[in-house]
Amino acid sequence: MSADFLYMIEVVINGLMAGVLYALVALGFVLIYKASGIFNYAQGVMALFGALTLVGIMEGQVPFAHIINATFGTDLHQFGWTVPALLAILLTVGVMILLAWMVHTFVFRHLVGQEPIILFMATIGLAYFLEGIGDLMWGSDIKTLDVGIPQGGSLWVENLSSGLGGEDFYGFFIDKLDITASVVAILLVAGLIAFAQYTKQGRAMRAVADDHQAALSVGISLNFIWVLVWSLAGMVALVAGIMWGAKSGVQFSLSLIALKALPVLMLGGFTSIPGAIVGGLIIGVGEKLFEYTIGPMIGGATENWFAYVLALLFLVFRPQGLFGERIIERV
Amino acid sequence: MTMKTLATAALAGLLASGPALAELVIPDLSYRTGPYGANGTPFSDGYQDYFALLNARDGGIGGETIRINECETAYNTEKGVECYEATKGDAPLVYQPLSTGITYQLIPKVAADQIPMHTLGYGRTSAAAGETFPWVFNYPATYWDAASVAVNYLLSENGDDLSGKTIALIYHNSAYGKEPIRTLEELSEKHGFTLTQLPVDPPGQEQKSQWLQIRRDRPDYVIMWGWGVQNQVAIQEAANVGYPMDQFIGNWWAGAEPDVMAAGMAADGYKSLNMNRIQNYPVLDEIRAQVIDAGNGAGDGSNVGTVLYIRGMYTAMLAAEAIAKAQELAGSPQITAAQMRDGMEALEITNARMAELGMEGIGPEFTVSCENHSGSGEGLVQQWNAAEQVWVPLTDFIAPDKSVIDPLIAEDAAAYAAENGITPGCL
Repeated sequence: MSADFLYMIEVVINGLMAGVLYALVALGFVLIYKASGIFNYAQGVMALFGALTLVGIMEGQVPFAHIINATFGTDLHQFGWTVPALLAILLTVGVMILLAWMVHTFVFRHLVGQEPIILFMATIGLAYFLEGIGDLMWGSDIKTLDVGIPQGGSLWVENLSSGLGGEDFYGFFIDKLDITASVVAILLVAGLIAFAQYTKQGRAMRAVADDHQAALSVGISLNFIWVLVWSLAGMVALVAGIMWGAKSGVQFSLSLIALKALPVLMLGGFTSIPGAIVGGLIIGVGEKLFEYTIGPMIGGATENWFAYVLALLFLVFRPQGLFGERIIERV
Repeated sequence: MTMKTLATAALAGLLASGPALAELVIPDLSYRTGPYGANGTPFSDGYQDYFALLNARDGGIGGETIRINECETAYNTEKGVECYEATKGDAPLVYQPLSTGITYQLIPKVAADQIPMHTLGYGRTSAAAGETFPWVFNYPATYWDAASVAVNYLLSENGDDLSGKTIALIYHNSAYGKEPIRTLEELSEKHGFTLTQLPVDPPGQEQKSQWLQIRRDRPDYVIMWGWGVQNQVAIQEAANVGYPMDQFIGNWWAGAEPDVMAAGMAADGYKSLNMNRIQNYPVLDEIRAQVIDAGNGAGDGSNVGTVLYIRGMYTAMLAAEAIAKAQELAGSPQITAAQMRDGMEALEITNARMAELGMEGIGPEFTVSCENHSGSGEGLVQQWNAAEQVWVPLTDFIAPDKSVIDPLIAEDAAAYAAENGITPGCL
């Protein structure tokens, strides 16, 4: 096989891996939209907030240290201990559940029955609030996140494949972080599906997603389900934050990964978990292949806009996305 | 309404709208929020803390206290212009927007409003031509100087011969990132190396395609024109694909602690340009004692001594020296923006003066003139030691190739003058 062809295969593989990371972000949007009809603009910021909280807990950082020090004239920054990664992740999950409860109790419970655009606007406000509170709690400097996920190209894959294409081919490059992210994403989706299919709360969640009124009539607590859904979205956001944060450090830009999820949602549909996965993979492969093959001819840096073009092309033929529900409103 | 009431109202109006007298007003178009906040914060802390030190230690400059007027731009060009419009009525002496995008928008505005702008090592390179851009200064060096300094360094590493070598430029796909391309193209022709260009869309969280291409093409060197998260991701991706760190050189906006910390030990050996030598200057101790410990710091003091803090402090020092020169030329401690411009154009920075200020060797010696607003153009190369978490200077200040840069500046400035109906000349 020619080296050029093999490099193209490498691009496809890496596109699939990148797609998994996009899908992780998109998954959080889908969970909330499906259960409550809310397009959660704050999903990217939740990933940032989750990762910031995780690093803060791991490093024993005092939350709101700047405010405490400025108010009381103290010089507190660290508790003086560090927390193992696994325990810190569990504690962060607890924080994300608390956040979900607060978001529901203080924001969305008061907006039941409002127009979708009002709910969307509320999530924009929530995004700005979380950005600010994240900075206040943990500071705005770039933080290193090390939860033990290996990074760098897999030498095993590289050595195994290096003989395929002659001297010009150096073997396939696959980042170990991307492999880990893919495994975690598969486990996460499997776990979410199992939860939705085989648990009482999961079935209740699906019932609410199908019909709020009917679910209410059989005694399902909408408040509980919405807190549950926001908690799950928070956990998914935390996983996305860990994967992206391990690569770039935990910083404000993590909140912008939501932009990567939008074309995935347009393509896969806002209400389908498989749609988020397949959409992510198509966007990941599509943008990487386009950048590799066409990018150099038109000046490069095509990935950001090409993802949207690809999604729009799909929308021409399937306005509801690949797996989305077809909604016909008669007037 | 009596005449007395009218006069009182008029006086009150004047007091409320006009700037307070006997103050030197310095706007700080900072960015402490948004995707570039981690870079903007230490720079702004350094910029403000130096002025705070002058206020605390010397009572200001020439007996006039300095007042900072901070406005948050979030590195957003529209917000930067808003900040300029919101602060220009406060009798500001000099703007420094710390953004090439904002700089480009402000160039015609500062000329119309006659307020000088200092874009230290960023902005529009051809603003070095002071006869065409009398209100813009970019000393001590420009982007084109930086590109040339990087190539001169690589020449020195390769026996003054880069023929047959390949250099990849990975750049922020913005006005900032595109600045060095013209110079590097000229230099590639002159020295016979092949230049490949790899743009990264901002903010730069995803760069897999670019680094797969680098892995495939294996250029001899990679030069980076990055900012913010682009730098952190690029350094991590370079480590991931096994690109040698000592062949990877960032410009001076891609060589600070936030850029390398996230990659941990993988960033060891990464090189970057700098226009400032990083060391523990005596002036930093003064800032700690008289500003931070006194509770007057712009931040909590944790950034003191870092690359971008020192650069912010250096920028403030250059502004303070220009104010002192302007006061000397005007024969008065109270100066206008126009007099400040005259001070900037007559600025001379010597080693003796830098030593006197407690920052010996922090930057190159240079003089500014009507014809040359960019100074000497020198820069040094530093390398990250990840184990010690320090930047180690590898070279002294390296001069750029002015024989390539000056004609490019003249050409670009002439085109700007023609487009905008400007007759070049000294003010």
